[in-house]
Amino acid sequence: MSEKVYPAPVINPETAPFWDAAKAGKLMIKRCTACGEAHYFPRSICPFCFSDQTVWEESSGEATIYTFSLMRKSPTGPYAIAYVTLREGPSLQTNIVDCDLGQLKIGQEVKLVWKQTSGAPLPFFTPA
Amino acid sequence: MTIKGKAYIAGIYEHPTRHAPDKSIAQLHAEVAKGAIEDAGLSKDDIDGYFLSGDAPGGTWPMVDYLGLKVRHIDSTDTGGSSYIIQLGHAAEAIAAGKCSVALITLAGKPRTSHTPPRAPGAEADFETAYGATTHNAYGMCAMRHMHDYGTTSEQLAWIKVAASHHAQYNPHAMLKEVVTVEDVVNSPMISDPLHRLDCCVVTDGGGALIVTSPEIAKSLKKPLVRLIGHSEAMKGPNSGRNLDLTYSAGVWSGPRAFEEAGVTPRDIKYASIYDSFTITVLMQLEDLGFCKKGEGGRFVADGNLISGVGKLPFNTDGGGLCSNHPVNRGGMTKIIEAVRQLRGEAHPKVQVRNCDLAIAHGTGGLLGVRHAASTAILERVQ
Repeated sequence: MSEKVYPAPVINPETAPFWDAAKAGKLMIKRCTACGEAHYFPRSICPFCFSDQTVWEESSGEATIYTFSLMRKSPTGPYAIAYVTLREGPSLQTNIVDCDLGQLKIGQEVKLVWKQTSGAPLPFFTPA
Repeated sequence: MTIKGKAYIAGIYEHPTRHAPDKSIAQLHAEVAKGAIEDAGLSKDDIDGYFLSGDAPGGTWPMVDYLGLKVRHIDSTDTGGSSYIIQLGHAAEAIAAGKCSVALITLAGKPRTSHTPPRAPGAEADFETAYGATTHNAYGMCAMRHMHDYGTTSEQLAWIKVAASHHAQYNPHAMLKEVVTVEDVVNSPMISDPLHRLDCCVVTDGGGALIVTSPEIAKSLKKPLVRLIGHSEAMKGPNSGRNLDLTYSAGVWSGPRAFEEAGVTPRDIKYASIYDSFTITVLMQLEDLGFCKKGEGGRFVADGNLISGVGKLPFNTDGGGLCSNHPVNRGGMTKIIEAVRQLRGEAHPKVQVRNCDLAIAHGTGGLLGVRHAASTAILERVQ
């Protein structure tokens, strides 16, 4: 089994502020000031109302597990993919890490942790 | 405008191979094309429309050149496993509009023999790739939430594999011919919770092809007449994170539109080809298409209700992707082919549905728990 190495994000002009904030330990979502809806992953144009009036907003990093699946085998060992729902509203795909993966439950409270890459870090979650 | 009755499936061919280390992928495309053309009683020079997808090496002009086609209409829609059901509708549209009169649709590849290259990354890649979504865990997440919301059980899901295996025992080409029990499924190794090994489909080399043509040409040929009377397609993703709900598929949109166009209801369907990448795929689609209410899929599939001659809704009588064939990890093509066999009366006698005059072929492509495209086709036998 090899050590898990996460791919560095390929930063583009639309997402650069997200990754700059990630380097400072902040998880950013986008909110549309026209319709008020938050979304993830971040886009410049709101995917709900198509307004270009979207702004960055820092997430609390507090979330609950919407669903998950524990992959029992992989070249880097078992891992738990999940969707978590942020306190601010949007759900996102992630992994639940640094815990007993056999004890995960839908509805469980989780919190943000960062995992390093050769570039910007990536957001993961662990039981709160 | 409607495509209802504007196009007929005049030729079908499913490659008998399940393992093809001795063939090229382009060769497999040519072999299935030849099989479908001959099944229809046509010749290559009759083909004037070609529909191919991401499995065809090199895409449009290399494949048209390799096959030696001369076409006036081409479509390279790629929605993974549902591509071919979507293209059946697109072929009907093109035929109805006079853009072609004999359409060829091919699928072929060798995922069992050689690596399938990944598709080009989308805008989501930097926000998702690192988390390791695969077919297994993406469908596992759907099953996990469906169980949480509706009390669906592993034993209920297992009945779907059991039904497929009952059908596969009669298919000499099926990769898995052994009849399995609910216990066999739930006691097989867990792959990605809550899906066991026997909740998963097979991985096979091979392929299939269709000939879709106009009513006039179909009626000039010798095969029993099977026509498309309703069709739709739809896509669903995580909805930018808002109101995430992984317990339903895009079939909730494609299904009702196809039934409306056909002027029939789920109750009228005599046979159902339902994409079965995993057991949960079938269960969710049966609900989404209206064969039962949302959340009641578990009870609907239990006790052999999908077994031909036993239950109310015979499904995947070739053994489906769960037991027979899942060429190139894209199951839509074989779904259409078995539906046509049923409507022609050419299914194996042990699984042939009596008086089968109305069938559905439905599938999803992509990852049900991430982003996917559904397509629904309603097919009718014409006397």
